[in-house]
Amino acid sequence: MTDVTTPAKPQSRLVRVLDSDLVFSYRRSPIAIVASIIAVVLILAAILAPWIAPYNPFNPRTLNLMDGFTKPMSTSFAGNYFLLGADHQGRDLLSTILYGMRVSLFVGLSATLFAMTLGVSLGLIAGYRGGLLDAVIMRIADIQLSFPAILIALLIFGVARGLIPANQQENTVLVVLILAIGLSNWAQFARTVRGATMVERQKDYVSAARIMGVPPIFILIKHILPNVVGPVLVIATIGLALAIIEEATLSFLGVGVPPTQPSLGTLIRIGQQFLFSGEWWILAFPAFTLILLALSVNLLGDWLRDALNPRLR
Amino acid sequence: MAEPLLSVRDLKVVFHLRRGDFTAVNGISFDIMPGEVLGVVGESGAGKSITGTAIMGLVDRPGEVTVSNISLKGERIDGLDEEGYRKIRGKRIGMVMQDPLTSLNPLYTVGEQLVETIQRHLPLNQAQARERAIKLLAEAGIPKPEERIDAYPHQFSGGMRQRVVISLALAAEPDLVIADEPTSALDVSVQAQIIKVLKELCASRGVGVMLITHDMGVIAEAADRMIVMNKGEIVETGSVGDIINRPKEPYTIKLIEAIPSIKSQNPRYAAAAAKGQVAAANEDDAPLVTVENLFCEFDLSPSVLSRLFGGNRKIIKAVNDVSFTIRRGSTYGLVGESGSGKSTCARMMVGLQPPTAGSVKLEGVDIWNDRGAATKRRRSIQMIFQDPYASLNPRWRVGDIIAEPIRALKLSSSNAEVADRVADLLTKVRLDPGVMHKYPHEFSGGQRQRIAIARALSSQPEFIICDEPTSALDVSVQAQVLELMTALQEEFGLTYLLISHNLAVVRQMADAVGVLHNGVLVESGPVEEIFGNPQADYTRMLLDAVPDISKVA
Amino acid sequence: MLAFIIRRLGQSALVMLAVALISFLMFRYVGDPVASLVSQEATMADQALLRERLGLNDPFYVQFFRFIGNALQGQFGISYRLQQPVAELIMSRLPATIELAFVSATLALTVGLVLGVFTALRPKNWSTGVIMTASLVGVSLPTFLIGIGLIYVFAVELKWLPSFGRGQVVDLGWWRTGFLTESGLRSIILPAITLSLFQMTLIMRLVRAEMLEVLRQDYIKFARARGLSKRAINFGHALKNTLVPVITITGLQLGSVIAFAIITETVFQWPGVGSLFVNSVAVVDVPVMAAYLMFVAFIFVVINLIVDILYFIVDPRLRVAGGR
Repeated sequence: MTDVTTPAKPQSRLVRVLDSDLVFSYRRSPIAIVASIIAVVLILAAILAPWIAPYNPFNPRTLNLMDGFTKPMSTSFAGNYFLLGADHQGRDLLSTILYGMRVSLFVGLSATLFAMTLGVSLGLIAGYRGGLLDAVIMRIADIQLSFPAILIALLIFGVARGLIPANQQENTVLVVLILAIGLSNWAQFARTVRGATMVERQKDYVSAARIMGVPPIFILIKHILPNVVGPVLVIATIGLALAIIEEATLSFLGVGVPPTQPSLGTLIRIGQQFLFSGEWWILAFPAFTLILLALSVNLLGDWLRDALNPRLR
Repeated sequence: MAEPLLSVRDLKVVFHLRRGDFTAVNGISFDIMPGEVLGVVGESGAGKSITGTAIMGLVDRPGEVTVSNISLKGERIDGLDEEGYRKIRGKRIGMVMQDPLTSLNPLYTVGEQLVETIQRHLPLNQAQARERAIKLLAEAGIPKPEERIDAYPHQFSGGMRQRVVISLALAAEPDLVIADEPTSALDVSVQAQIIKVLKELCASRGVGVMLITHDMGVIAEAADRMIVMNKGEIVETGSVGDIINRPKEPYTIKLIEAIPSIKSQNPRYAAAAAKGQVAAANEDDAPLVTVENLFCEFDLSPSVLSRLFGGNRKIIKAVNDVSFTIRRGSTYGLVGESGSGKSTCARMMVGLQPPTAGSVKLEGVDIWNDRGAATKRRRSIQMIFQDPYASLNPRWRVGDIIAEPIRALKLSSSNAEVADRVADLLTKVRLDPGVMHKYPHEFSGGQRQRIAIARALSSQPEFIICDEPTSALDVSVQAQVLELMTALQEEFGLTYLLISHNLAVVRQMADAVGVLHNGVLVESGPVEEIFGNPQADYTRMLLDAVPDISKVA
Repeated sequence: MLAFIIRRLGQSALVMLAVALISFLMFRYVGDPVASLVSQEATMADQALLRERLGLNDPFYVQFFRFIGNALQGQFGISYRLQQPVAELIMSRLPATIELAFVSATLALTVGLVLGVFTALRPKNWSTGVIMTASLVGVSLPTFLIGIGLIYVFAVELKWLPSFGRGQVVDLGWWRTGFLTESGLRSIILPAITLSLFQMTLIMRLVRAEMLEVLRQDYIKFARARGLSKRAINFGHALKNTLVPVITITGLQLGSVIAFAIITETVFQWPGVGSLFVNSVAVVDVPVMAAYLMFVAFIFVVINLIVDILYFIVDPRLRVAGGR
């Protein structure tokens, strides 16, 4: 017999990762590199907001109405310097943006995680079990997918408002937002995972596992799940961008995060009032941050999709 | 000597890939004479399909074609621009592709596709083109062409569709037809007819044919001359008779030796017969596996929801009253064409598909209904699958794949013991134990199939079901895998159920054979009785249809 | 064909029933229907009486069927906020939304289709790169920011177009249209562009992806091997096959334009159904929310039905029963 293979060189995990097609494609994509750097810088800035923000915009004692409407890169009457200017209440815009990004990212990430967990589980079950359960889950997903996420989120938000007593609403608003955005985005995950699961389920390695009596739950988790992570990652990345935009939209419509704890969307809502009177910076800087954040995450997702699609390589 | 129809000189095709250049075709030269059928044979990766594509100017990026000369009837046809090639394609060179299911546009009737092609190349009006299309379909053996011309591709069977593809290739009276694996996606019985149609139509028009295939039997049946390709180069050129009967190059000799012939007797039977003991001795032994009156029906009705609103119930019988027995330590071959129910039988015997009625018994235990049946089944029965690329989880290491049955059946809990066992199994299937840390994508098809065999062996089963274990492999690799299976059978006293559409493989491997047709077992018995003296018409037809190299004088 | 449509109609009815159930649950259990109808001073006894008269003590299914019966007659109750019948409110604001949705859907479909086909046929062209990147920027820009940006440039700075409202409308008796006056036409430009951009990028990317997929198929390679012209291959064979899956998703996308108008209508203070809905959510005006949900679901079901029939016409595999 000719092909007794040469003994395996035990490759370390690191070497395998660095040699992978994904890393290769990353290194050759300037857009992906720039997008990831921007995304990481923004995320780090959001996490570190309490330490790097020049002011604490939510401490009423340090706020001075005399600082209101200070232009960017200038010093106010009260002698405070504002790099990106101040808003009508005299809050430092740079600081409010950093804190606002924190709220936006927190809501976006949590909602995406929630949507992913729900969608992936339902997609796996529907794809593997098939039959009536599959028909019901996918029919719901189809219907939901044909409504814009924002409408679903608005409805859920409205219902929650109606059910939660008024004195609790302030505290629960973030949770409600996360649930509303998460529930409006699960279907995309479910549909993709279900499709991939149905393909994988037909493959013989699953038959082999079934023959030796591996329980379905282990087949789903140990065999099928690792083979569907690729598309899930892509949807999660793009979904994160969508969730951030959705949160901003809800807050902009005035049904999201309240002004006491503003997100980027709330800041834009506030800024819009001053756009026509010439104080452009109150709107422009939060808007620019939001676009930068959504765009960099979206570009990453788009690159990831192309890199993981073997046919495009 | 007459001027060649097609002359190719120094054709080279290089693919510029991420990890360096891959030379698919490396400077080959050959001629096709007018009216000649040139067979191009080779294993996967030999560069034979790319050669055909390159002649038509259809190689896409990242492939790059360099050639010193390709001429058709003395006229240069290499390095043309798209417009130039478009005047060659269809008009001067027709093409037949492998899969008739995907090579026709599903949204147009076959008539529309024919008329479109005819009018593109010939100065005919709509009515004349249609008339010509009907004539072409009739010549390709499509019954009632006047009616069928307005049918859509999905209303034709695979074989009929391939006839349509052939009429399309011949629509504008080309000088040459390049047929790339024209029969590989078809059943044996249909295969023979398609070869015949292709050959006759081309002969009557004096059209040259370049017949690309991996199947030496097809070449033997259809070609006048052949070239053998390996790794992008031509190994040997000559008349079909010369090469098959008197191969000169070591590669060709090995290739031809590896091809099992349907005409050669079962080696074990032959050995026994030589010693004078015909294998009737063990007839009385209690069989290991008994299949009794097995039925399997599939309900293809629309979902409950749709049925509520007028969908019809539709039930097909995939397996219809099948009974047979398998003696311990022997191999039972199950043959049949696609849709005959052989894979469904396998799935019922291994525990993947519950039978509608009937029983599968292993040592007298009904593996579906008796108490403890599931445990018995999981411990004693294993399976080897057709596609070695889909049967191993790409995200698992080879060691974990092979150990999966041991862990799933809790045969051992000590990691060291499992590792020892895996290493031992890898040696048994002639792979280096060190490979257990690698992933499946680092292996070739044949090596993967051996990993799959090691997995099947790891729970020490008695009975292994092999579903087309070698049909995705090249002949030379097929021979190695079959030899390994025989060796393992002797070493462990295994019992095999071998499912295959390849009758030659079954004759070589099996002790007894069953022939399935539309879910019905039309014939079952000792291998040499079935192959030597078939009783059922269907079996005879099947045996006659197999293209075989021994038919070459 | 008829059986197919009947089957689809049946399924649509089931979907509407499910949505009606959700609407009813909202209507009945979110907030208190009685509290909104009576004055602050009403006694407990008055409230109980009203409760009985409204049938709120009836069994669940009786109330549900009454809800459906009312809905079929176009009665969705009284808005808490505006104290007007909900059906009246929606009908009076419907023309604004439909006109906006119609213009932007047409825009999105034409431009999306053309750009999608163009970028698929010229994958290496520099303009494809520009279009694809622009489309990603488009997806990343929240709709409300696009709207604000357009207002700032074309209304505030350049003063070319109005920044809000519908302009002058002409009352046709049953429909108030903005298409017949100059100010009406000028007013719809910015909102329509804003609303169409997102759908446009989606349709374009979808068409491009599907077309690239089709171009990889064997029958395209075979069509090339038959020497057909580039035109015949790209537009005869590839485009027609691309349209089959594109029809479904595009149809649904267009349906969602109406629901998507929520944001655009708010930014441009467009007097449509969407802005009515947003204002209702903010104050939990449940009858309006429930009715709006039913309304959007109805549009979804109708479009779905049209899409299915179109599908049936385009794809012979569905039209002609299979078999050999």
